[in-house]
Amino acid sequence: MKQGVIRNIFNWVDERFPVSEFWRQHVSHYYAPKNLNFWYMFGAFSLVVLVLQIVTGIWLAMVYTPTASGAFASVETIMRDVNFGWLLRYIHTTGASAFFLVVYLHMYRAIMYGSYRKPRELLWLFGMVVYVLLLMEAFTGYVLPWGQMSYWASQVITSLFDAVPVIGKDLTIWLRGDFNVSGVTLHRCFSLHVIAIPLVLLAMVGCHLIALHTVGSNNPDGVEIKDNKDEKGIPKDGVPFHPYYTVKDLFGILVFLTVFFIIVFFYPKFGGFFLEPENYLPANPLVTPEHIVPVWYMTPFYAILRAIPHKLGGSVVMAAAVAILFVLPWLDRSPVKSIRYKGAWSKFFLVMFVISFIALGYFGIVPVTPLRVWLTRLFTLFYFAFFILMPFYTKYEKTATPPTRLTE
Amino acid sequence: MSEEKIDQGRRKFLVGTTAAVGTIGVVAAAIPLASAMFPNAQSKAAGAPVKVNISDLKPGEQKTVMWRGRPVWIIRRTPEMLNTLEAITPKLRDPNSLVDQQPPYAKNEYRSIKPEFLILVGICTHLGCSPTYRPDKKSIDQRWLGGFYCACHGSKFDLAGRVFKGVPAPINMEVPPYVFLNDNEILIGSSKAENVA
Repeated sequence: MKQGVIRNIFNWVDERFPVSEFWRQHVSHYYAPKNLNFWYMFGAFSLVVLVLQIVTGIWLAMVYTPTASGAFASVETIMRDVNFGWLLRYIHTTGASAFFLVVYLHMYRAIMYGSYRKPRELLWLFGMVVYVLLLMEAFTGYVLPWGQMSYWASQVITSLFDAVPVIGKDLTIWLRGDFNVSGVTLHRCFSLHVIAIPLVLLAMVGCHLIALHTVGSNNPDGVEIKDNKDEKGIPKDGVPFHPYYTVKDLFGILVFLTVFFIIVFFYPKFGGFFLEPENYLPANPLVTPEHIVPVWYMTPFYAILRAIPHKLGGSVVMAAAVAILFVLPWLDRSPVKSIRYKGAWSKFFLVMFVISFIALGYFGIVPVTPLRVWLTRLFTLFYFAFFILMPFYTKYEKTATPPTRLTE
Repeated sequence: MSEEKIDQGRRKFLVGTTAAVGTIGVVAAAIPLASAMFPNAQSKAAGAPVKVNISDLKPGEQKTVMWRGRPVWIIRRTPEMLNTLEAITPKLRDPNSLVDQQPPYAKNEYRSIKPEFLILVGICTHLGCSPTYRPDKKSIDQRWLGGFYCACHGSKFDLAGRVFKGVPAPINMEVPPYVFLNDNEILIGSSKAENVA
């Protein structure tokens, strides 16, 4: 009897809004390759972090004051006087770092298994747009506490636009809304951080998922499961997303959240990597901190900027380090997708790419010395070599033949 | 409806005019949105000139004041410091201050009105950090004769704010407009004494 009522309500809704059709199409009858390994969980983790950031962000914005005179004190209020304010803020700051960690691993997975290759080029591009939006979101958020690092980071980042020929100076003033970084700049960072960027970000995440469900997941073998279908049109090497991957992802999410909250509760500053000590001093436009560094997830690009003794050149090469990822689908000429079947050169350059990225991250954190500048330049070269030489080494190297069906 | 009954000319005209009016609308909407992001009247007013008393400044000392939200330095250079300016020129990118980073009256070898007093906007021309005043010889490297060092990205400037070769900063540091009101007072932000607030 009671069940009958619930069923009737459900049917009433379902006739007017396609709940069951959506569930069928995207969950219960959405077929994913059966051999997806742990690398495929990072996409789900990033969605979890996105939700955490939005929820904690809404609560933080209830107390935070986006003015030059009030910002720093309002963050102190959150930390000391708001019930569980410290928890909300530490989840949000740890979430920022966690976001980049899982997104970097997610991107590395795509690079490793050739998930950007045809027909997933657009999926990759949507993902890249999400990444760039994430960088903007991280930067605008970093400015908000209006500590010393907030202030000088915004000074450095906005000054990058000075390097634009002809209109640079006016462009910088336009971006800052003042002749120098000021409370006006802070206020617009707040606006962008809580409204503009999240709106576009959510839309782009939606596009990323729609594109994914159109072309389907790639897999560690890089073999299309849609090429082998049974008589009902179901991929022979596919399993329905629910319950196979819902349960697997949920288990992974629990492990992820356990680690995440250990950091939130016990190591929220993470030795100065997630929250920098300099930012516990209020912004002072007259004194630059001796040692100014961005948060870890931006240091590889920052290292590149520092290593080039030319203002415009440094900005351009730094931007190119991100931009070159966009064209990755068209640089890879290999007959196979996955690194499992690619040749020795691809493996060599992938290893060099990972080493370079980590090394650049390291050199972006430590103070500059002449030797380190040269090493940074060397690793910058390796970083770009991975991309620029890709059309050649992927085309001419000897590859293994991938199986027609999935292994394992 | 059959194909013959559609008035293609009328449809084309309507699509064309709608697109044209729509484009004008988008451009018109963009103007206030973009314009609102420029400095507002309050920010512009806050750029008024600042009066500074320099009578307490001892030789070799630095004083920092704020003008337009930026640090402005006043440095009282000793004769010994002024002597370094000639010797260092081969190492500089723009020793004769050809790039327009100073008012005409400061376009000289000292980049100042009175050689003794150097007035500079304390912002690195690379990415906007504030360099530190390092007057002591050999404090940065073995050949250092004194100057300004930007810890952010390693840019170096001499004791007249002129940029070294081989550093990320592209041009000399900026000399703001200023004027001596009398021997003890200067006005920063204006070249004319009557603009004193």
